[in-house]
Amino acid sequence: MHDSSTAVQSNHNPALLHHFATEEQQRDASSFGMWIFLATEVMFFGGLFCAYLIYRGWYYNDFAAASRSIDAFLGGTNTAVLICSSLTVVLAIWAAQTARRGLMLAMLVLTMLFGAAFLGIKGVEYHDKFKEHHVPGASFDFHDEIPGHPGEYVNPQHAQIFFALYFVMTGLHALHMIVGLGIFTWLLWAAWKGRFTPEYHTPLEIGGLYWHFVDIVWIYLFPLLYLIDRHK
Amino acid sequence: MTGHSTAEHSKSGLTTYFAVWAALLAGTIITYEVAKIDLGVFNAAVALTIATTKALLVALFFMHLKGASEKLLKVVVVSTIFFLFLLLGLSMADYGTRHWS
Repeated sequence: MHDSSTAVQSNHNPALLHHFATEEQQRDASSFGMWIFLATEVMFFGGLFCAYLIYRGWYYNDFAAASRSIDAFLGGTNTAVLICSSLTVVLAIWAAQTARRGLMLAMLVLTMLFGAAFLGIKGVEYHDKFKEHHVPGASFDFHDEIPGHPGEYVNPQHAQIFFALYFVMTGLHALHMIVGLGIFTWLLWAAWKGRFTPEYHTPLEIGGLYWHFVDIVWIYLFPLLYLIDRHK
Repeated sequence: MTGHSTAEHSKSGLTTYFAVWAALLAGTIITYEVAKIDLGVFNAAVALTIATTKALLVALFFMHLKGASEKLLKVVVVSTIFFLFLLLGLSMADYGTRHWS
């Protein structure tokens, strides 16, 4: 009972892996790795944003007209939904830090409900676009007037580029949301099993970083895709 | 990065979280309403300024970049922004000036 190895054992956090000196070092390493992954994600989405900016510069009027056909209110609602989900993520981590198990579980469930609501609203939007034949392809049909230029009509080819970018960018973002829901399903399960304590809840923080990053992508997608030209 | 969770520290943290959340919602409403006003070329500038402010709020307070002590982490964040601007800036310098000639 009194030999030194037992004493070390009893102080040892089971979550601390043997190749790390301290819990803080282990947490910093995990967080650092996640930030490097997020750096690659920024460049991944950055290529699409770059393509969007170039085409928007070339075909501004066509992009403005096409942008007006998507529902900015639904897009704005989805922005608010994601912001609320980001709040529930930090509250779940706060609950883990202060050993409030019930609150942590509730916040994780709420985060997933907000995530699912976002995808549901996105689905309504996509459904409208399918009905209106605004999906790029053989049945594509878009011939609105250019806002502020009565009697002038958009070039459907150029509008189709806008909708291609709209579907790829929001689709890739929605895919990230689905992956996020998967991550949070696992986090909820681990939290339910009692794996997270005030000393160790790194997976919550790492999953949270991912969720907030996806939120930031949407914060840019919303004004760029939905609000190009709403004032005419 | 958020290791030290004394009771007072996490109380003030909670207030910060709700303040940031309110600011983000306000930013969303402002950007939605401002888009209906004709500001000419400044519509895009205002929209992107609000979006960047919101992104900074999320990164600094929700992702805890503010108060992050690790220097390596700062290197990653700064180089991410640098390379994103390299990508966007050089591309715009090319495509944006082609009609000049």
